[in-house]
Amino acid sequence: MNMQNPRQVYGETLLKLGRENKNLVVLEADLSKSTMSCLFEEEFPERFFEMGIGEANMTSFAGGLALAGKIPFTNSFAVFAAGRAYDQIRQGISIPGLNVKIVGSSAGLSDFGDGSTHQSVEDVAIMRAIPNMTVLVPVDGIETRKMTIKISAYKGPVYMRLNRHDLPDIFPENQEFEIGRSYLIREGKDIAVFANGIMVSKAVRASEKLEKEGVSVRVVNVSSLKPTDENDIKKFSSGVKGIVTVEEHSLIGGLASVITYILRGSGVPFMTIGIEDRFGQSAHSYDELLAAYGLTEDNIASSVRKLLC
Amino acid sequence: MNMTIAELEKKARILRLHIIKMIGIGQKGHLGGSCSLAEVVTALYFYKMNIDPQNPSWEDRDRFLLSKGHAALVQYAALAEMGFFPRKEIKKVKCLGAMLQGHPDMLTTPGIEANTGSLGQGLSMACGIAAGLRLDNKKSKVYCIVGDGELAEGQIWEAAMTASCYKLDNIVVVLDKNGLQATGIITDRYDTNPHAEKWKAFGWHVSEVDGHDIKEICDTLDMVDKITGRPKIIIAHTVKGKGITFAENIVAFHNGELTPEQFERACNELT
Repeated sequence: MNMQNPRQVYGETLLKLGRENKNLVVLEADLSKSTMSCLFEEEFPERFFEMGIGEANMTSFAGGLALAGKIPFTNSFAVFAAGRAYDQIRQGISIPGLNVKIVGSSAGLSDFGDGSTHQSVEDVAIMRAIPNMTVLVPVDGIETRKMTIKISAYKGPVYMRLNRHDLPDIFPENQEFEIGRSYLIREGKDIAVFANGIMVSKAVRASEKLEKEGVSVRVVNVSSLKPTDENDIKKFSSGVKGIVTVEEHSLIGGLASVITYILRGSGVPFMTIGIEDRFGQSAHSYDELLAAYGLTEDNIASSVRKLLC
Repeated sequence: MNMTIAELEKKARILRLHIIKMIGIGQKGHLGGSCSLAEVVTALYFYKMNIDPQNPSWEDRDRFLLSKGHAALVQYAALAEMGFFPRKEIKKVKCLGAMLQGHPDMLTTPGIEANTGSLGQGLSMACGIAAGLRLDNKKSKVYCIVGDGELAEGQIWEAAMTASCYKLDNIVVVLDKNGLQATGIITDRYDTNPHAEKWKAFGWHVSEVDGHDIKEICDTLDMVDKITGRPKIIIAHTVKGKGITFAENIVAFHNGELTPEQFERACNELT
C-alpha cells in the first residue's frame, strides 16, 4: 500500500497553490521544517511570514492579512494552533468569519515522544465549539491534498488537523473532496465503523480481519467534523446492527460527539473508541502510544464483535 | 477634510456629546476611555485619514483599528458624524439587534475594520493589515489605538516586535495614556510604565503629545509620515473622562452609569 506523509503533501500543495494564487500567504511559528511550510518559504519568501514562537500574535496577524484580502495559512503544532491561539481565533477571526486557514500539525498523539504538552487530545472539540468554524481531519495524503486545495478556495475560517506520520493511501484519487461530506471506504452490512484520520486505516484492517470471521463491516471516513452532512451519516448507518466510532482524540467533543448527536433517538447500539478524558504521554513509538490508549485495530474488531453478541 | 483647528475642537466636543447621549441615564457605558480619545479620534477621522463614508470598503482607504475596543462609543460618534451611517443609529447602541454593538463589529457597522475588544489583539491585526497592504504596494496607512491598561496584554509586545521586525512603517499606533485601568490608577495597580522607553526598545519611533491638543496631534500625525523604515507610536497624554468635569480622572466612570442630574450636567458642559 502506498504511504504518504500528510505534512509533506500539505507543504507541496501549499507551494503549488502559491504559484497559482499570489494572494496566498503562509505564516509560521518557528516550526516550518516540521509543518513543511518551509517548501513555500523557499519559493515565496516575500509571502512567507516567520512570526517567531508566538502563536497568538501569528493568528491575529493572519486575521489582519485576511482583512487586507490575503488567504493566510497559519502553521503550528495542533496543540498550540488550537490551544494557545484559541481566543485570537474566536474573537478576531471567527466572529467576523475571516478567511484564515489554521493548520494544526503533529496532531493527536502523533508527536509521540514529546508527551502531553505537545499532543493534542482536545483540539477538534475546541475548534468545533466555535461558531463559524469549519473543522477537518484528512485521512491520508490524498485527502490532505484535495482538502488543502478546497479550503484555499473556501471563504471563511477553517481548522485542519494533520498527522505527523506517513499514512496509507485510502481516499480514492478520483473522488472529489467536499467540505461536510463523509465517504464510504469499504462496504459492509453488519456494523458501520465511523472513523477519521489514522484510525480509518486501522478500521479497514479490522474489517478485513472480521470478514474472515464472517462479519461484514462498513467503514466510513468522516473527515468533516464540522459541518457534517447528517444525511451522509444517516445513510451510512442504515441497516446495520450497530455503530462504532473511532478517533485519535478525546471522546468529548470529537467524532463520537458528532455521530452520537446525529443519530440520537435512532436506537442503534453504539461503541465509541477514543481517548478517555485524559492527556497524552511520551512513548518510544507512535504505535505503542496508540495501543496504550486503545486505538488499535484489535480494539475496533472486539468492539464490533461485542455489538453483534 | 479641510477643517480649522477651532472646527476640529468643536467636533471633538460633539463627539463627547454623542458619547454621553449614547450612554444615557442609568445604563453602563465606557465613558472615561471614550472621552479621553475624543481629540485623537477627531484628528484621525476629520483631519488625517483618507476614507470615504460613501464607500467604506474603498481599497485605498486608510485603516483605523480601535484595539481598546471598549471605547467604541467615540468611534461610533465619529463614524456617525462622518456619515458612515445615519445619526439615528447612535440612539440604538447596544439595543438587541442594533448596528452598534458593545464592542466594534465589522459585520454590523459600516466603517469598522475589525472585531476588536479582546484586548491586545487589535495591534496584531493592524500589523497583519499593514503587511498585506505592503504586499500589494498600497500607500494606505493603518492607525491603531491602544490603551495604557491594555499594554499589560503580552500580545501587544508580540505585535510590537513583529512591526519592527518587518519594518512596518505604514502603521501608526496612538497610545491613549490616560493613566487609569478599570479598577484604579495604573501606577498603583499594574504599572505598565515606562512607555516611551519600552516602545523605543522594541524598535519603534516614539513621539509624545498632549492628547487633548488637536493641533499638536495633527502636526504629529503629519510629522510621523516622514519617518520611514520602522513603525511609529504617538503617546497621547490624556485625561480619562476628559470634558465631563465630574468624570475626569474618576475610576468609576471607566464603565459607569449617569444619574439624570449627571446626564444633564454633562450635556450642559458640552453644549
